[in-house]
Amino acid sequence: MPGPDKRCTEDEVVAELSSGMTIGIGGWGSRRKPMSLIRAILRSDLTDLTIVSYGGPDVGLLCRSGKARKVISGFVSLDSIPLEPHYQAARQNGTIQAAEWDEGMLLLGLQAAAWRVPFLPTRAGLGSDVMKNMADLRTVTSPYATVLPGQNVGGEFEELLAVPALELDAALVHQNAADVSGNSVWLGEDPFMDDLFVRAAQRSYVSAERILPTTELAGLGDIAHLKISRMDVTGVIEAPHGAHFTECLPDYSRDEAFQKRYAATAKSDEAWDEFRAEYLDIDEAGYQAKVKELQV
Amino acid sequence: MSDVSTPTPSSTAVTRADICAVAIAEAFRGDGERLCNPIGNLPLIGGRLAAATFEPYLALTDGFYTLMDPQSPDEVPPIALPEAERVAQRTVAHWNPYREMFGLLWQGKRHVMMGATQIDQYGNQNIAAIGDWAQPRRQLLGFRGAPGNTINHTTSYWVPNHSPRVFVPAVDVVCGIGYDRAHALGPVASRFHEVRRVVSNLAVFDFEALDAEGVPTMRLRSLHPGVTLEEVLEATGCDVVIPGDLGESRGPTEQELAQINRLDPRGLRLNEVPES
Repeated sequence: MPGPDKRCTEDEVVAELSSGMTIGIGGWGSRRKPMSLIRAILRSDLTDLTIVSYGGPDVGLLCRSGKARKVISGFVSLDSIPLEPHYQAARQNGTIQAAEWDEGMLLLGLQAAAWRVPFLPTRAGLGSDVMKNMADLRTVTSPYATVLPGQNVGGEFEELLAVPALELDAALVHQNAADVSGNSVWLGEDPFMDDLFVRAAQRSYVSAERILPTTELAGLGDIAHLKISRMDVTGVIEAPHGAHFTECLPDYSRDEAFQKRYAATAKSDEAWDEFRAEYLDIDEAGYQAKVKELQV
Repeated sequence: MSDVSTPTPSSTAVTRADICAVAIAEAFRGDGERLCNPIGNLPLIGGRLAAATFEPYLALTDGFYTLMDPQSPDEVPPIALPEAERVAQRTVAHWNPYREMFGLLWQGKRHVMMGATQIDQYGNQNIAAIGDWAQPRRQLLGFRGAPGNTINHTTSYWVPNHSPRVFVPAVDVVCGIGYDRAHALGPVASRFHEVRRVVSNLAVFDFEALDAEGVPTMRLRSLHPGVTLEEVLEATGCDVVIPGDLGESRGPTEQELAQINRLDPRGLRLNEVPES
């Protein structure tokens, strides 16, 4: 039987979110970010959000707009522009709280939440200033003795970093295709952690380049690309070009010219206000029309 | 030390950048069947040079989501190719999306060469922030994968701008962990830790010396040709052990120089290490 029809708009998703929530955002850096959903948050009165992300312009925009109170990340980068200028400014001005984890720790935190365990152990982070600066992180002692090669007795009960589960109130991810109930297909070469984000969240929203009949999904790649199940999806948004200006391969590359224009808005309040008025204080259809004009 | 003598010097002009490429390649000598994962232009040239010459079984990353097995030395792809060519020139041997990369590195068969905004005598590295991390004077990349890399597998560093601002007595934020931090964790927790080499535009360093407590500490391994010991010491803000038998970093063989020019046809290495 076909699953339920969960189609909705970006603004309907935002209406289901509330201030103070912890929101996970899929993609990686400036790659396959659910930007049309981010733009909808920017138009809303949501505030005090905790953002969990392999961060790119999603994080920068939410910091610059005063939507983010706290950012938990493995990094925040625009890829072709290594430092995200608005996140950088927010850190230097102290306008947000930051938890900067090792990249792999973020994967484990999402996996722990998705598996409903309170933490997952890792060596990554031990001895580094991740432990010193993120004072809420704890270690755990292995109940099993580690016996090194060459030792046949004794051994040590290893202390490992206990990465806490990143339990999300909501997850936002962008996929290349989905059906009306949320079965989704990623194309390109990396699923990133999108499937973990949707499983780690109470409510998950998938924006997709196109919505197709379920029967057409498996033919887009192979079955390994059917990574997100409708059981983990609350709402589906048809959002062609919705990841713009981040890349969404193979549908489109990053809009480097537009990203440069975005990055330059960190130079002055005037530059930001101008960009905001032109591209963010308008609805998604208006944004897409403006972007199309730029490309002619 | 095989990398401090000059086997067959090349007849054509050798630049400092070529010397650096060879020194970087030498960092991967002996790695065998492991992922050679240099980050940045000169590290990529050096890593691929090693794979195209004396370390043929290294696995190479395409910089994104696959590992490549070029089928001959001349099929090791040049760096900085346009996207279509990059994809066309890679022989995909393994699918390696980010989560798989974490799996690979937690297992340990990887040697990464990262950059360092700051590095100290124990090999602690900072790429996260300058100043107090809580509200930094300058926010940099964040920790990225440095903590997990350094505690799980071999790490080396590349410094294109050797100065006392980079080689510091103590880094502002410890991202990649050095030998003192590893020592404090104890032999079991730190058993996979190895900082092998620091290659700069002036010299090569290793950690084959011990401090008073028996902790491995930075040692000058070789000077690049044309660089004096005084120059290096003046540019180094942390303690460094100077061995009695200090050698010179070797130059490329003819074959290596041909490979360097093939791997970097546009001479991007000269942007990183210009000829003075």
